[in-house]
Amino acid sequence: MDAILFLIFAAIALGCAVNLVLQTHPIASALSLIGVMGALAALYLLLGGEFIAAAQLIVYAGAIMVLFVFVIMLLNAGAEQESRKRLAAKVLGIPLLVVLLGLVGYVLQNALLPSEGVKFGAFRHGTAQDVGRSLFTIYLLPFEVTSVLILVAILGAVILARKEID
Amino acid sequence: MPPLPQSVPISWYLTLSAILFGLGVAGFLYRRNIITVFMSIELMLNAVNLSFVTFSYKLKQVDGHIFSFFVMVVAAAEAAVGLAIILTVFKNRQTLEIDEVSSLRN
Repeated sequence: MDAILFLIFAAIALGCAVNLVLQTHPIASALSLIGVMGALAALYLLLGGEFIAAAQLIVYAGAIMVLFVFVIMLLNAGAEQESRKRLAAKVLGIPLLVVLLGLVGYVLQNALLPSEGVKFGAFRHGTAQDVGRSLFTIYLLPFEVTSVLILVAILGAVILARKEID
Repeated sequence: MPPLPQSVPISWYLTLSAILFGLGVAGFLYRRNIITVFMSIELMLNAVNLSFVTFSYKLKQVDGHIFSFFVMVVAAAEAAVGLAIILTVFKNRQTLEIDEVSSLRN
């Protein structure tokens, strides 16, 4: 059952990711990216990360992608033109990518020590309680630094996007 | 076809993460629209998050979830600033083609 669920959601994620790269219209790419994020949220649930799955859906698929779609609509972005690539990139690109991914997969299959696989429900430390306790004790300083980062990002976005006052 | 295992091996998750990252790199290099390039970066960040959560499962610790959470926060900040930059570029040049914006090259 675990393997079937993993295969289903992995297939959705892979199909949407390939679609993201191949589509020429940005809005189609954005919708594919939302599909990838939804499938990844389901995979996080299978790995026992309840909180991170919810955060993935709310922050990534909700907030960030709404921002992307908003900007695409605002700029009225159309389909992009066919890119002018060198012949070497055209011929060698996809085979090299396949070789690289095959090598990575082979190394991962063989280099990892055999251990028990992922079973749904075996990892119970991914709840909001555990994540929150860790976040506000061990990782308190990074958490506070992150809030400063967000403040700076907000200021930067406002200053970049404001209308010039002459 | 070999029978499906009872539990999913860790390496399957890591391989999926590597493939998603590779697709993100491919999109980053291949696409010419600034917004699509930006979305490819988000895809790479998501792939890394999957690795973090997988290792968190393997090590039976919650730290990977925290890192993944921080990556999400940084991605949100990056998206806000990056999209503001894209808006400014479009306002000044009326184009989203990444090859047109090459004034730093010369």
